Amino acid sequence: MRYSAFAILKNALRGNRDWTPAWRKPEPRKRYDVIIVGGGGHGLSTAFYLASVHGITNVAVIEKGYLGSGNVGRNTTIVRSNYRLTPNSGFYEKSMELWRELSHSLNYNVMFSPRGVLNLAHTPGQMDTHAERGNQMRLMGVKSELLDRDQVARLNPGLDVSGSARFPVHGGLLQPDAGNARHDAVAWGYARAADQLGVDILENTEVVDFLRDGERIAGVEVMRGGERMEIRAEKTGVAVAGNTGRVMKMAGIDRLPIETTVLQAFVSESVKPIIPTVTTFGAGHLYVSQSDKGGLVFGGNIDYYNSYAQRGNLPVWEEVTSELIAMFPAFARLRLLRSWGGVMDMSMDGSPIIATGPLPGMYLNAGWCYGGFKATPASGWCFAHTIANDKAHRLNEAFTLERFKDGNPIDELGAGPTPWYH
Amino acid sequence: MSAFRLNLRDGVGTNLTDKTIRFSFDGKSFYGQQGDSLASALLANGVSIVGRSFKYHRPRGVFTAGSEEPNALVTLHNGGRREPNIRATEVELYEGLIARSQNRWPSVNFDLMAVNQLAGKAFSAGFYYKTFMGPARKGHRATQFWWFCEQFIRRAAGLGKGTTIPDPDHYARMNAFCDILIVGTGAAGLSAAQRAAKSGARIIVCEESARAGGALNGSPDFIDGEPARDWCADAVAELAEMENVTLLTRTTVQSYFDDNTFLAVERVTDHLAHKDKSIPRQRAWNIRAKSAVIATGALERPIVFAGNDRPGVMLADAARSYAVEYGTAPGRAVAVFTNNDTGWLAARDMAKAGVIVTAIVDVRTDVEDSIRALGDECRASVHTGWAISSAKGLRGVRAIVIAKYNELTGELGDESKTIACDCVAVSGGWSPAFHLTSQQGGKPVWDAELQAFLPGEPLQSWHGAGAMAGRFGLVQAFQSGEEAALKALADIGQAPSKRSAKVGPGPSIEGDEIDYAPAPVFEINSGGKSFVDLQHDVTAEDVRLAHREGFVSVEHLKRYTTLGMATDQGKTSNITGLAIMAAASNKAIADTGTTRFRPPYTPVAMGVIAGEKYGHLAAERLTAMHDIHLEMGANMYANGPWLRPESYNLPGETVEQAYIRETKTVRAGVGIVDVSTLGKIDVQGPDAAEFLNRVYSNGFAKLPVGKARYGLMLREDGFLFDDGTTWRLEEHRYLMTTTTAGAGRVMEHLEYYRDFVWPDMKVALASVSDEWAGIAVAGPKSRHLLKACVKDCDVSDKGLPFMGVVDGVVDGIAVKIARLSFSGELAYEVYCGAHYGAALWQALMKAGRKYDVVPYGLEALSTLRIEKGHVAGPELNGRTTPHDLGLSGMVSSKKEFVGSVLLRRETFSKGDRLQLVAVKSLDGQRIRGGSHLVAGSKEEPGRSQGHTTSTCFSPSPELGCYISLALLEGGFKRHGEKLYAANPVRDAHVAVEVLSHYMVDPDGGRMRG
Amino acid sequence: MRLTCPYCGPRDHQEFTYRGDASATRPGLDNTSIDDHNAYIYDRANPDGLHRELWNHTSGCRTHVIVERNTVTHEVVSCQPVGPYAEQLK
Repeated sequence: MRYSAFAILKNALRGNRDWTPAWRKPEPRKRYDVIIVGGGGHGLSTAFYLASVHGITNVAVIEKGYLGSGNVGRNTTIVRSNYRLTPNSGFYEKSMELWRELSHSLNYNVMFSPRGVLNLAHTPGQMDTHAERGNQMRLMGVKSELLDRDQVARLNPGLDVSGSARFPVHGGLLQPDAGNARHDAVAWGYARAADQLGVDILENTEVVDFLRDGERIAGVEVMRGGERMEIRAEKTGVAVAGNTGRVMKMAGIDRLPIETTVLQAFVSESVKPIIPTVTTFGAGHLYVSQSDKGGLVFGGNIDYYNSYAQRGNLPVWEEVTSELIAMFPAFARLRLLRSWGGVMDMSMDGSPIIATGPLPGMYLNAGWCYGGFKATPASGWCFAHTIANDKAHRLNEAFTLERFKDGNPIDELGAGPTPWYH
Repeated sequence: MSAFRLNLRDGVGTNLTDKTIRFSFDGKSFYGQQGDSLASALLANGVSIVGRSFKYHRPRGVFTAGSEEPNALVTLHNGGRREPNIRATEVELYEGLIARSQNRWPSVNFDLMAVNQLAGKAFSAGFYYKTFMGPARKGHRATQFWWFCEQFIRRAAGLGKGTTIPDPDHYARMNAFCDILIVGTGAAGLSAAQRAAKSGARIIVCEESARAGGALNGSPDFIDGEPARDWCADAVAELAEMENVTLLTRTTVQSYFDDNTFLAVERVTDHLAHKDKSIPRQRAWNIRAKSAVIATGALERPIVFAGNDRPGVMLADAARSYAVEYGTAPGRAVAVFTNNDTGWLAARDMAKAGVIVTAIVDVRTDVEDSIRALGDECRASVHTGWAISSAKGLRGVRAIVIAKYNELTGELGDESKTIACDCVAVSGGWSPAFHLTSQQGGKPVWDAELQAFLPGEPLQSWHGAGAMAGRFGLVQAFQSGEEAALKALADIGQAPSKRSAKVGPGPSIEGDEIDYAPAPVFEINSGGKSFVDLQHDVTAEDVRLAHREGFVSVEHLKRYTTLGMATDQGKTSNITGLAIMAAASNKAIADTGTTRFRPPYTPVAMGVIAGEKYGHLAAERLTAMHDIHLEMGANMYANGPWLRPESYNLPGETVEQAYIRETKTVRAGVGIVDVSTLGKIDVQGPDAAEFLNRVYSNGFAKLPVGKARYGLMLREDGFLFDDGTTWRLEEHRYLMTTTTAGAGRVMEHLEYYRDFVWPDMKVALASVSDEWAGIAVAGPKSRHLLKACVKDCDVSDKGLPFMGVVDGVVDGIAVKIARLSFSGELAYEVYCGAHYGAALWQALMKAGRKYDVVPYGLEALSTLRIEKGHVAGPELNGRTTPHDLGLSGMVSSKKEFVGSVLLRRETFSKGDRLQLVAVKSLDGQRIRGGSHLVAGSKEEPGRSQGHTTSTCFSPSPELGCYISLALLEGGFKRHGEKLYAANPVRDAHVAVEVLSHYMVDPDGGRMRG
Repeated sequence: MRLTCPYCGPRDHQEFTYRGDASATRPGLDNTSIDDHNAYIYDRANPDGLHRELWNHTSGCRTHVIVERNTVTHEVVSCQPVGPYAEQLK
């Protein structure tokens, strides 16, 4: 059923009884051309682009829980491409291009809202590093503006721009056409669109082993409804974010340049519009925006230790709230409604891996750290290209698994091979 | 006062005192009584509409009497204290309280936004996802329609209005430790507290409301012959006096973290009319408990029926609480609707308090005679086997329509009756409040007998008691409380002796004996608009629509319909919602499961979580000379946590003019600069030399005593990590300096190798950054300056050669002087004990007067080292190797060191890497920070080939123009090439020439002179 | 989360600095194999379950502690000192 204002009115008049499931709940076939392990944002978008761009529709997406149960449904919804290094700025700008059209491509309103992403600077030196990044963006065809203090104050009236602030605001770097999108809608929109193109989405189906044909990965063994079954495929892609280590172990890959940690996210009670842009603190680590519902959605650093628990601890609460209030002193009286945790696949340089291998018949999409949401369209687009052609696209050719050992990390922060510092 | 205030007497209005209190709501003055909540006072004044719902802006009244309230949200206070979305049920009334309704325009009684209701069916779940895609046009404009609509949607959403005026209050934190934390002071919590306190264990007891006792405060039962509330008051007083007990009221335990760490929030002044500014508004208690007893009770849930959101519909126990505790009739004529015995008790207690109960409607046909008898006590009409098919009324309930109910099919019969009433007290059973244990990951288990989820197996040391653990009723509460306390004591190794470990019979209870299990009825489906989540306007039909569209998992249900995502987090709606979903999917509730609760339990002010960090995020670090810098007119600059002088501006001077003057003076005469912020590490031990040899890329083993050496530190992956000089003070003792920013991480880096990699090495490390103050003296006249003030040592070229270190005395202050040069001039670093920093500064300034010494700041410091081509933070950006920065000579080939192996990777010898060069402006234009090097014009710059790192104006005669260090692809071989420094965000495009980065005195004659 | 420092006793984990996987041990100084060093720096088992990891009590005594901890439940199984004074602390 095509979604539109007309469809809503028509159905409303008929008591909303005729709506049909957004995606089918099919039984698995014995064999597919491509299996994508992981029904999160990246897995679903990969399936969609395999079908829509490469015409490969005999595809299954295998999800152990409910669709979108991972980080696509538990992030702070920020969409941006304000990167410093060329491989990243090219890749993320491709993502922006897809974001702008996404609601149309999917016939599903993902509520992409390009309200601007503002990174604050608190010293002249930081203004220079922001300028360096802003210039890189401009040279790569990405919009960016360096704002002075007054411009920042006009944009965000609640910000403390006074000289008496502990870290006074000097200005900021604005990506005016970056912003937010509704996270769940992205998962559901991709799922529905992929399903309509013939992709089978298999929820509550857990991969428990990989099938082998000699050296080659030939599909997966799954548990579904208490039963064990085999699903064969020519090509098997893995896009399971924080669970990459778990899943790859089943394929015999015991060690990877990835560690799993928890990132907490926070939302306040709903209030009428109070901050217009996504705003980030420059003297710490905090990003905040306001959802359409009115809640402030914010987050900061990961909980530094390795963790697979989808929950975090108190020190990060104290840190993020104090940074938020340092930026917006009036928010001390706003109230935190809810916090949650997601498990992050932190790579050794803070940048992702989208590549063929590491085994024949296998393809890996991982290492998203805490930037995976904004990458969802481009990640799927590039991963689909890589799977379909057995070769990376120009946009993801730097995102190899070997780059670490080759000495070619893509290290935005220059923090080195310490995953929890990225 | 009004028709709604009951005749106060013993057992009616137990929370109230005689004191009259004036408050305002929506600008109108009202009177209440001390002890009222804002909700009870509004009810007593006949104010039934207190808010509007989120989506449809339907009028809403008070629904509960506690922190689970979904409807009665108000905005409190004005100015910086303005607070939206406060639950009126929790606000303790005080003189002068100002409250306003919210999410309405123009007023709560007449809200134009209520037109949303007309499009009700179209505004169903998922509405936003299916439209607003707008007309398809190319490129950027494709979703412009949504961006246009979004601004209106945002304005319509969002409940109350926040403020942008800073909060005038402050917050505090208490770090607390105890043996057992007891959460809740109802019968179960009190019983656990009594038992645990008797054993001598240190306990903290937290109660959410102002008065301890929970349900005991409104209970009609007798305990040990006394009314329950009197017994409770005595028990609480006794506990409060015990030394090993900390009893906190108005304190909500919000979050349960790992290792029994809890966050509790105490509301210290929120209920006071006069806010003493010296007292924190709220206090965060970070409680580390060895064990915990969770006795948080249960939350009543409604039965969903058509029109169930009309003002006047409220939970039965809340209605009872308003009557008994607040002396307020919830309505003039109350109808009770229930599927369990507790609804009947509420009816009886209300009637006893003087409320007119007109009808009791119970879906069950099989009701015990003892319960039926309660109906007679109320003189209400009793309808068992009937259900409400709808509640009528425009701005509040005026009547209910009831119909015969078939318990097997859930269908309503044709026969119906209309009963006039203005309040419906509804009870759909009780859901244990195990939010805290669920936060910890405990998996709830459905109990079909009790028709409730129970908390499940503990993952940490906690024990549930009372209704939270499914142990309903006073007898069970007392018993389970004591059991839980004993288990907690056993967990912490304080198991009492066998005899005393027995659970006692508990106090004697006289009261009603009832069955707490409800009939499994969650919704009466009669086709009208019936609300599951009141605040978010999620209807039963929305839940079924979600099912129809395949959103059947509980998480999808929540996310697709937003059920349970409002400020009440679904406390009264989650179970009902998933029961309706289970019915639609033909599944048992046990198989549908429930969502995990996420912290906090109720919304918490951000200020109190930040606690003492609110307002002073991070301590400022100041050097010993800070005050002198200010006196000398320095602009201070935040450099990480440090404040450092940027430049010392003379009157009328700009920063640029000042640093150029300072730089020139240093090159021609002498200047001094505060370098105290450098990291300093004392390295001692017989293996110290070998240790340094391993962590630096260049050789350190053969450094003689009394000499310093510049060293490079690499990460294991071969990239540069930090640099600095290290001075050999004695045979086995070194003073290492690091960059200011690297001080902490270098220390950790060294400790890692010392402790974990080479634990057999005999070397000790101590951070002494704060112990030493340091001043660099630079310029051709620096030696004259030192000669004029240093005693007890020879600072001549012979006595103190380049890179030499000596001990001396300046104005009675013991100093270490190292002849080091960051500026490229003849220069020294003079260190003394930090306490003498200011005195040393003054002594050097005084000695330098005849040489016209100037103090110089970071800008001049930076200009000097840029001209010299010395690298610093911007070049050590974590992506450069020694080779990239022209420092290959610092990489020893005679030894292995941290990073040596991976630095040999092939990629690092590639010629097209970004390499250190300098550029100079060719047309006099300023090279602004953050420029990229490009080949093309401003209009068509082409791709970035590199970027500037450190820029300045060089006043040196060799240059006399704007210069910059830069990293350029293959830069070493491109000296003399003409490029542009493109800075589009700063609207600059400067023609530059590539130079060697050794710009001033490349042979080093000056610093060695 | 709380860790037990061998000197200071049980302390909040926020007093410690996380230093990562303690099963990754540096090749000896005489081992100049790029592969071995690469493995040490980049390869992580990243287990969902027991993890041996290194923490430095940086806001306290600065002793390193080897912690065995479950990465799924956050249960701390053991805390052992490491370094030149480890033997005295055991």
